[in-house]
Amino acid sequence: MSSAEIAVSGTEQRSVIPTLKLGTFLLMLPLLLWLLLLIILPHVDLLIVSLREVLGYREYAFSLQNYAEFFTEPLYWNTFVRTAVMSILATIITLIVGFPVSYYIAKVMKGRKRNLLFIMCLIPFWVSELVRTFGWMILLRESGVLSSFIQWIGLVDGPVEFLYTDATLMVGLVYTSMLFMVVPLVSVLDTLDDSLIEAAYDLGGNTVSILREIVIPHAMPGIASGCIVVFMLTLGNYLTPTLLGGKDSLWFTEQIYNQFITRFNWESGSAFGFLLLFLSSAIVFVGLKLSRQTLADTVK
Amino acid sequence: MSNQLDLECRQLVKSFGKFTAVDNVSLEIPKGSFFSILGPSGCGKTTLLRMLAGFIEPTAGDIVIKGNSMLGVPPNKRPVNMVFQHLALFPMMNVAENIGYGLRRRKIPQPEIDKRVADVLERVSLPDAGSKNVDQLSGGQRQRVAIARSLILEPAVLLLDEPLGALDLKLREHMKVELKQLQHEVGTTFVYITHDQSEALVMSDNVAVMNEGRFEQVGSPQDLYYNPQTAFVAGFVGDSNRWSGKIESVDGDQAMVALDEGGVIAAVSGTNSSMGLGDQVELFVRPEAITIERSTSSQDGAHIEDGKNTLTGVVENLLFDGANSRAQVRDQKTGHQVTVSLPQTGAFSDLVSGENLRLSWSVDKARSYVSSAAAKQEKAA
Repeated sequence: MSSAEIAVSGTEQRSVIPTLKLGTFLLMLPLLLWLLLLIILPHVDLLIVSLREVLGYREYAFSLQNYAEFFTEPLYWNTFVRTAVMSILATIITLIVGFPVSYYIAKVMKGRKRNLLFIMCLIPFWVSELVRTFGWMILLRESGVLSSFIQWIGLVDGPVEFLYTDATLMVGLVYTSMLFMVVPLVSVLDTLDDSLIEAAYDLGGNTVSILREIVIPHAMPGIASGCIVVFMLTLGNYLTPTLLGGKDSLWFTEQIYNQFITRFNWESGSAFGFLLLFLSSAIVFVGLKLSRQTLADTVK
Repeated sequence: MSNQLDLECRQLVKSFGKFTAVDNVSLEIPKGSFFSILGPSGCGKTTLLRMLAGFIEPTAGDIVIKGNSMLGVPPNKRPVNMVFQHLALFPMMNVAENIGYGLRRRKIPQPEIDKRVADVLERVSLPDAGSKNVDQLSGGQRQRVAIARSLILEPAVLLLDEPLGALDLKLREHMKVELKQLQHEVGTTFVYITHDQSEALVMSDNVAVMNEGRFEQVGSPQDLYYNPQTAFVAGFVGDSNRWSGKIESVDGDQAMVALDEGGVIAAVSGTNSSMGLGDQVELFVRPEAITIERSTSSQDGAHIEDGKNTLTGVVENLLFDGANSRAQVRDQKTGHQVTVSLPQTGAFSDLVSGENLRLSWSVDKARSYVSSAAAKQEKAA
């Protein structure tokens, strides 16, 4: 309500504003509860746990030792760098594969065919990630479909193991993330006016220059938000690296899992969890700076 | 002579499945002229324009620009540029970058681009707008930027797809004059499509009236207005009183038409063909062709007097609109309504509803056309 309105309806103001506030509060209550109980409280607890040192049974002291451990032990540090680099690579590959798909859905296809294609992109995600990943394992394992096929056509003599390599891991990560790239890209490309592309073409532009000067600048917020989501999901993915990458996949989430479950070292696990959060946020921040986007743009 | 023509279309056809959007259109546009294609929405004018720009390939026929056939030439290789309906300025670039886009594509060095952008901005009277963002400009300014962006490439033909449609009335009136002025200055051939007859009439050297994929008539604005060749043109260009009737008798180039609503009016044929007895015709009389006088009686029906059609009726409605004021007069006997223009001298400024008026108009101002429904039946038979 504008100040002018309030000035005019001074008496109404008292009756309208409080109910409005109560209504807004009630509407926001589920969200607030969700944030407080499921996000903020556990994180506060984790933070407290991560900042203490076990001296003896139920004897704790404040310490930064858990964080120092991460930086002094090369295994942890290297695992994190490897995870980050692989995640960035997976994000880039997802973008490269997802962009033409999204462009085709948003700009080339029309009407029913377009919806059909979009739904076809969605359908694999109705199945749980676990089942999808097992699907890949059936295809790629030593006695799997692909191995049998290339033996059958006579390309190789013995069975070939495709699982547990970085390339397989990458395939799995890209496949898992594809939807989260395609959805924001389709919606941002939908808002691109076709006549802009036609105008650029009419003024002498070719496919490459139109893509570079018109389509990508327009799609930048969608690209940024898709990349953030994909990067975060990939970095925090546990299932795919474990199943497709095997024991040696060295994914940072596995380190966290090991600390919590295998070593019962909750202090160290919590610290790693926080480090993952901060370091990945820092990478996203740098990415946004490099692409000259703001976080606000990506949710437009 | 063909080097005098900037644009030529030969028997151009475009069909989408069974629907023919552009049906056998031929046109010749001389260098440096302002040519408009006027038609109601859905008449195929946009399809025609998009074929000229190269976004659609014609089903049959040929497009020749400056003597070269354009068949199979993509839009980015044609010497034509288009100003889009919603202008399609690139929001990711500022004004100067927008205008320089085409030159950058031609790999012209940046200092040269800057110079030419400044020149063209000067020409469209926006000298300081170069660094502005597109959304900082007003509607009229965007219009000029869009035209500048195309003109800087010095196209043989500039295509304009109803670019004034989104502007408000006052600005549209202003831009009409400005656009005509601009065309006069730069001397580029303009092809302008619109559904607004006033835009077409005010700006153009020649106008083609298009309906259902065909050109009904091509001519100067005066020609279309005073000498329409088809019922569609007579009805679409300018305002008209429109009646239907049947030819009762023919006398030389005049015919007596019995109106369906009653009464008889003398008319001439709107086309060059003669009129046949018993033909069903459509009759058009322009409101400003009718002379009005005050009258005491309302009892005279439509009849001929002193070689003029005369009718007496009662003023039903006064439509005051300054210089463009009209009155709707109803003939009490037959009940048909006539719209007449009030003289701009203000002689009838005290006219009120319910007064009797005697209307008269010379026979050659009533133009008759064999009605399209009857014509279609003839074709079928």
